[in-house]
Parts: sequence; structure tokens; C-alpha cells
Amino acid sequence: MTTVRIDAHRLHYTPLNQKIRAAIADGATEIIIDNVLGQRFIGDGVRGDDVTITVNGVPGGDLGMFMSGPTIIVHGNADHAPGNTMDKGKIIIHGSAGDAVAHSMRGGRVYVRDNIGYRGGIHMKQYMEKRPILVVGGAARAFLGEYMAGGLLIVLGLNGVTPISERGVGSGIHGGEILVRGPVDEQHLGVGAKQTPATEEQKAMIKPIIEDFAKQFNLDPAPLLVSDYTRISPASARPFANKYTWE
Amino acid sequence: MSIGSIPFKFKVSIDPDRCMSCGRCVENCSYGVFKKEGDDIRINSRNCVACHRCLAFCPRDAIDIEEKPNDYRSHPLWTREVREAIFNQAKTGKIILAGMGNAKPYPVIFDRLVLDACQVTNPSIDPLREPMELRTYIGKKPSSLKLKQLPDGEVELITKLTPNLQIETPIMIGHMSYGAISLNAQIALAKAVSRIGTFMGTGEGGLHESLYPYQKNMIVQVASGRFGVDINYLERGAAIEIKIGQGAKPGIGGHLPGEKVCADVSCTRMIPEGSDAISPAPHHDIYSIEDLKQLVRGLKEATEWKKPVFVKIAAVHNSAAIAAGIARSSADAVVIDGFRGGTGAAPRVFRDHVGIPVEAAVASVDAKLRQQGIRNEVSIIASGGIRESADVAKIICLGADAVYIGTSALVAMGCRVCGTCYQGNCAWGIATQKPELVRRLDPETNSVQVENLIHGWTLELAELMGAAGINSIESLRGNRDRLRGYMLDEGLMEVLDVKTVGA
Repeated sequence: MTTVRIDAHRLHYTPLNQKIRAAIADGATEIIIDNVLGQRFIGDGVRGDDVTITVNGVPGGDLGMFMSGPTIIVHGNADHAPGNTMDKGKIIIHGSAGDAVAHSMRGGRVYVRDNIGYRGGIHMKQYMEKRPILVVGGAARAFLGEYMAGGLLIVLGLNGVTPISERGVGSGIHGGEILVRGPVDEQHLGVGAKQTPATEEQKAMIKPIIEDFAKQFNLDPAPLLVSDYTRISPASARPFANKYTWE
Repeated sequence: MSIGSIPFKFKVSIDPDRCMSCGRCVENCSYGVFKKEGDDIRINSRNCVACHRCLAFCPRDAIDIEEKPNDYRSHPLWTREVREAIFNQAKTGKIILAGMGNAKPYPVIFDRLVLDACQVTNPSIDPLREPMELRTYIGKKPSSLKLKQLPDGEVELITKLTPNLQIETPIMIGHMSYGAISLNAQIALAKAVSRIGTFMGTGEGGLHESLYPYQKNMIVQVASGRFGVDINYLERGAAIEIKIGQGAKPGIGGHLPGEKVCADVSCTRMIPEGSDAISPAPHHDIYSIEDLKQLVRGLKEATEWKKPVFVKIAAVHNSAAIAAGIARSSADAVVIDGFRGGTGAAPRVFRDHVGIPVEAAVASVDAKLRQQGIRNEVSIIASGGIRESADVAKIICLGADAVYIGTSALVAMGCRVCGTCYQGNCAWGIATQKPELVRRLDPETNSVQVENLIHGWTLELAELMGAAGINSIESLRGNRDRLRGYMLDEGLMEVLDVKTVGA
């Protein structure tokens, strides 16, 4: 394994990404970036299934945007939209993240240890074997999973936080599913979303994902696996089907 | 239903003296107007949309189509269209979905602008024997050049230039997605643009692999649904266009019904077959001009700053201020889509009532960017209702660098502007995904027709320029002195910055 260390102190995102790309082109599989302070677009459009990028510090917005393959591990919080339109790979955030986390994500996984902002998982979509997964350890703010068209979103409410306490969850959802640990107040659901208690089968489906999430953050998965979950899914796959009449 | 049936939109008749009952009309009509019963052909006029497919393929010219065969009592306010819309909504309680561009009889500004020609003092130029420069570069131009003199007398350019698109004529084809139009239609357009040396847009439908051979002439679109967008797609395009708005339906998103999401469309859009493809009204990551800048830069960063990024907006009241923001966002071109822009489907109320004409929007955007000294930061691409070469010349005089055509290119492939694209039954194989209809459109012959059209317009443009004593498109751009307003009001002439005829 070839390791490359990059010092991001006072480094603009473009030269930083150039260094990342150059390291991958040279065969590096382990890239460690120190002193990250708000640089946006880290790993934007980067490929490499066997590449791990460790970010020490706080990255700026659109971390791993359009990324296809690598794993990014952040030791710190992340700004808005990590995993934006991401295709493949993993983003593991040891902290919280801002708004629109995993926006339009098409594949891969985003794990956020703590909390996320508004519109998390918005318009995630799936196709064939590509099924994006977003797991949030703490709580999510309003409009979680809005316009969701596919994929899986899990909110765990660890450390005693209430996973969902704001409105608009799944508004306009027409594909995919949201699993929330514990009950969800009906008034927090958005238009087009419905909730049911998760079945044993559905819980079994998320078990390996929760185990993987717990492993990444050194958590005990046992209490998460025995909990009850609420499943939020589309009330209709065709929310706009009856809206129009022909001229 | 107490409203009863409403009059036919079109009345179809067959002249029995000319008809030889060959049945070609039956085969060609995809709307179910004709039915063969024994030797007779029965007609159901109610299904007719006037796409003229039957007319075009009747070997005996036996078919007649008459519009509005039954009159309502005429009334200037309570028009037929208004009354029929009320009937429709009284029956359904729904939003009326319509196709093609604005169908209201607003005055056309293009038709109230006239071009100039030289007489005596400044001689006109004959494009037959003089070179005419129509090549256009789309993208940023440096505000100044820094040069270094080398010891051997050569000069080195120090200023770093940003990538531009080189087009051989200022006419490109706008974004019509696979899904909105058929793959054969897209292939025909792609063949045409690659032969001409211009570009076409993919729309928000991804890039089908049969278009890969033409990718260096394709502008890939990133819209709010992010359908078909991944790093491979971004890297394939010659340029990337962020679609913020569309002239036919400013302020709202798009929605491809599940019926049109067949296996192939599903594959290029990267969504399951039969699912609705919903493009929301805003981009979820753009809530301000700063956010737009973030997406522009995100796309450039993903493609290592090798591709120009365009931003398309609908022409609306504040286009000029919005474009000034776009010009500062690192974008390379702004596309202004006027309210006459076509579409496969749009709510009628938006198509007919929201947005402003492209002529006024382009003129005010160009003026604003010049005022602020940032006109070189972005190219201006005008689209929405460009019908002929004169429109191209006029909009360039008003400040555009190039145009996108949409409907005109479809008409070159047989489209009759029947405006029922949203039904997915296009008899010409253009706005449909039904294999038996798509098969009707031969990509090769249709590409030649589209190429002919653009070639013809380009020749006319060169003639118009020559007549005006101009031998380079650069000298036509923003050249309002070559335009005069004919019966335009003073306020509008001020916006367009043109004088009246005679002045």
C-alpha cells in the first residue's frame, strides 16, 4: 500500500484536488490530507475503488461530489452536500454534516456519525444494482428524504437524541425508503409519504448495514439491532400522475 | 356530462374521387383517425391533431384537413381557446398540459425589427468572392492579454486562456432529451451537428451510448433531477450546461411520465423502468447565486477545468441582473431561453403566460453585462422561437453570440408543430418512444435535412452580413445600428436600444 500525505494548510481546493489525482495516478491507495480547513470539492469526480482518502480537519461543501469509487474518511465535521451526485464509494464522517447530505446520490454509502442538516438524502435515486445508502447516527432536520426516488436512508437517533423532530419528511418521495429508529410523529411526514412499523424482514435487510456503520465508529450494534424501526415509503410511485389533463 | 361534447379541433375528409383505398393513411395515422372497413375508410375526426402524416403520405392528395370546422359565436374576449379550457377543467379539475411553445398571439418583436443594407457609400460585400467569417467561439474571453517578448523575436502568451467551443456557424441545436424525443431523432441531430461543426444539447436525459461517436459535438446537461449524470457523462461532453430554467415553463420543474420511461430511457436516465422522472423546480443545492457558483465550480473541478460550463435560464423580468450574477460565477456562457421556447409538455398556463420574449431579454442582458464591464466573461446564447436566418441575424445584432434552435430542427425532420408531443404518439417518430413509430424516422436522411437547414441559414446569414458591408460575425454582434424598429413603442425601443425606422 502506497501512502501519500498532503498538507492542505493554506492550499486552495484546485491544487489540492490536483495533488489527490496525481497521487492516485501514481498508484497511491492511501492518501492522508492534514490541516483541511473548509476546502470545497475534495475528491470531486475522482475514481479509484481501492483508494482511501483520510481528511483530517473540516472539509468544505460538496465533499466527494460525482465521486466514483474511493472511500473518504473525515475526522471532523463536514459542510453541506457531502456525497452530492456521488456514483460509487464511501464517505464516513466522524462528526456532523450540513444540509443536502447525499443529494441526488446514485450509488455508494454515506455514514454520518452525528447529525445532519436540512434536506438530507434529497432526491437519492437507484438503478439496477446501484442503490445509495445514507446512515445518520444522530438526528436529521426538516425535509429529510425529500423527492426521494430510490435508495435507503437510515436515521438512528443515537445518544438519546430524537431522530426526527421536524416536518416534511419524505415530501414528494416516489421511490426508496427511510428507516427511522423508534416512532415518528405522523405530523412530521411530508406530502406523499406514509409510515408503517418496519417488519422483521425489513429489519433483517438493514442489519448488515447497521453492523457496518457501528464497526466504522466503534459502536456496539446490539442495541440498534433490537430496536423497533419506522419505515417511511412513498404513498404512490406516481405522485404527479393525476395532476394533468391534456389540452 | 352536462357540458356534452365540444366541437372537433380538425375535420378530416377524403375526396372519394381521388382516394384509391390504398390504406396508407390508416397505416400512418398514430392517433386512430382512420379505420379500414371493407373497401371504405372511416374517419374519426375527433382524434385528429393535424400532424399531417396522412396528408404527407397520401399518394393521391385525397385528404383535406380543416381547422375549427364548427364556429362558436365569435367574441374577442371569450375566445374558443378560453371556453374550451374551461370545459376541460370543469370536467377534470386538473392542470391543463400542453405542448410546443407559447400559443398566444402576442406580437413578435423579431417581425418588428428590420435589418440594414449598404447603398453607395459603404459598399456591400459579395460572400461568393470575399471571405465571410462566421466562426464563433463560445466561452470566456480574457479582458486583457499579457505577452512576453522572447529573445528570438517571438512573443509568448502569458495569459492563461479558458477553454472555448469553436463553432463554424453561430447556430447550435438546443437541449431536447432522450425521453422527450426519440433516440433516432437525437442521432439524426447529432450526425448533422458533427458534420457541420456545431453542437447540440443532450437535455436532461443522459447520453445514450449510440451517441458516444458524436460526443465531441454534444453539450451535456445537468438539471435539477440530475438524471443520467455521473463522472463519465460529464467527461464525455464537449461542454456542460446547468439548466436552471426553461422558456416554455419558467420557474417549474419537469416531469417525464413513467409510461415514457422504457428500458432504454431508463438506462440512460439511470432510473427504474416505468418510474416517473421528476425534475424538481429548483436544484436542491442552489438557493442563491453563490450556490450556483458552487455548482459551476463543482462541475469544473470534476472535469479538471477542461470544459466550458453554461448556465441556462428562462427569460424573465430580471434576466439582466441574474445574468450579471451568472457572469461572475465562473460560468462560460449564459443561455437565455425566451417565452416562445418549445417543450414536449408544459402546463398551458405557464407556456402561454410566464416569461418574456428572448429579443428583449438578450438585449437587456447584453446591455447590463457591458455596463458592468463583464461582457467578455460570458457568451450569450439565445434560444426560444428562432424560426429563420433573419431571427439569427437580428438576435446577434441585439447582443447574442450564438443561438440554439429546437423546434426549427424538428420541423426539418417533418414535425408539423401540432403541439401534442406530450401524448407520446408522434406519427413522425420524433416525440415518441413507441418502437413502431420511432422506426419511421431514419437518422441518416433526417440528419441531411437538418444539415441542409443549418447550411441554408448560414448561407443566408453570410448574404445578410455581406449586404450590410460586414465580413465578420464579430462586427454584427451587438451592432444595434444595423437594426431599426418598425412600429415598436418607445419603451421597447429603449430596452432594445434600437432607433425607429427612418431615424
